[in-house]
Amino acid sequence: MNFFNIISEIEKVDPEFQDRVSPRRAAIKNITSFGSKVAVAALPFAVSVLFKKAYGQTATVGVNDVLNYALKLEYLEAAFYNQGVAATALNIPAADKAYLTTAQGHENQHVAFLQGILGSAAVKPAASYDFTAKGTFPTVFTNYDTFLAVAQALEDTGVRAYKGQAPNLLGNQTVLSAALAIHSVEARHASAVRQIRRSRGVNIKPWISGSASMANDTGISAVDGNYAGENNVMQGGLDVTKLPAVSGTTSITAAIESFDEPLTMAQVVALVAPFGVS
Amino acid sequence: METLPQEETLRENMARRSFLRYAGIGVAAGTIAMASACKKDKNNNSSNVIDIGSGDVGILNYAYALEQLEAAFYVRVAASPYANITATETALLTDIRDHEVAHREFFKAALGGNAIMGLTVDFTAINFADRTSVLNTAKAFEDLGVAAYNGAGYLIKDAGYLTLAGKIVSVEARHAAYIRNLISPGSYADNTVVDNNGLDKVMPIAQVLPTANMFLSTKVSANNYGYNI
Repeated sequence: MNFFNIISEIEKVDPEFQDRVSPRRAAIKNITSFGSKVAVAALPFAVSVLFKKAYGQTATVGVNDVLNYALKLEYLEAAFYNQGVAATALNIPAADKAYLTTAQGHENQHVAFLQGILGSAAVKPAASYDFTAKGTFPTVFTNYDTFLAVAQALEDTGVRAYKGQAPNLLGNQTVLSAALAIHSVEARHASAVRQIRRSRGVNIKPWISGSASMANDTGISAVDGNYAGENNVMQGGLDVTKLPAVSGTTSITAAIESFDEPLTMAQVVALVAPFGVS
Repeated sequence: METLPQEETLRENMARRSFLRYAGIGVAAGTIAMASACKKDKNNNSSNVIDIGSGDVGILNYAYALEQLEAAFYVRVAASPYANITATETALLTDIRDHEVAHREFFKAALGGNAIMGLTVDFTAINFADRTSVLNTAKAFEDLGVAAYNGAGYLIKDAGYLTLAGKIVSVEARHAAYIRNLISPGSYADNTVVDNNGLDKVMPIAQVLPTANMFLSTKVSANNYGYNI
């Protein structure tokens, strides 16, 4: 049991550790007597309580980390729409142009907003992005349907990325509220892009659907990872398919559609890496 | 149950006599009478107001109240479709109904004994036969729901509940975008809901409940949470 070594190791990287645990430094020194009175089996619990006290909920990811992560994704989305709307080869129908310029405007606003919050801490955009994703979508700026497919994957993934970070912003009124307000705008975009695709004959809904065996409802297997776990039906320990519906119990389709799922930072980073995001 | 008539008599007696004279009987007896009178008032909802409660349970009940309203609305829409509804509209509005019912039932089950009661709605202002009336109400409900979740997120203390709220709000935003495009193509995120920073509306409870209450016979309050209606 290297418990006391652990504390001294932490103090080397975080000299204020003892103060974080207790404002009265003397208190931590009494840990020896505390330990002697507590059964050895209880020690892991005591340790975890100490760490929680010391580092709270943002132990691994700080607010600026979350904001810079979001900024990287917004740079990507903004560049995507900026290039797409300007690509004459796409021949975007006049009726759809307003849809896309609305989304384009928001992504650029998100970039400016996050840069404004982060100030000098803001990361820089990549010098260039590869929207073919290393050749997966070679016609992204020459075929409108490909462009829409990539747009949808990026928007749905953006929604999932923001959702995954909400717990890291717990209780932070300003930043969490702003992140949620961006999150729902991305969901509006995702819905709108899906509606355009539907109007062009793709069998898709404004919301993410699926089945027990299929989480990706886009018909494009290359983006399976972007939809991993979307067909989850367990929410808060409850099986949604067992809950009452208008008739009978909730269908698996309704259970999947009525809850969007989050993605972890690691999952999203891996998904956007082929686009040149590092 | 047999104590009810006695309480009734007690309250009538209290009303007839002056409070000061009654209080003079004794502190202990007076306290019991007051306590039972207060408890009864809260339980029988004679004023037709239900309070969401406090803490995370209060926020979950707040969401439950809004989902009850939305679910009841779409159940009516699906049961009596407006004139000239298209096949796609029927299919997707039925989907939305099923989503809202799933949200309602989820909160009800998750809250268990802490759930507020089933609310009585008042849809007299809506003409369910008219497409414009139905879709404008749907738009108002969906935008309100999104703004309400966005506004209440920071109040949630538990990370699991926050994630659940996040899982639902994006589905509401997808609904809002669809309904808005039905009313006016391209209006899915126009400047009536999204500001110059690209941020969706964020509304506090004190702003959301008065709007929701316009469509509820059972009024919902957040007094115990610390917000006035």
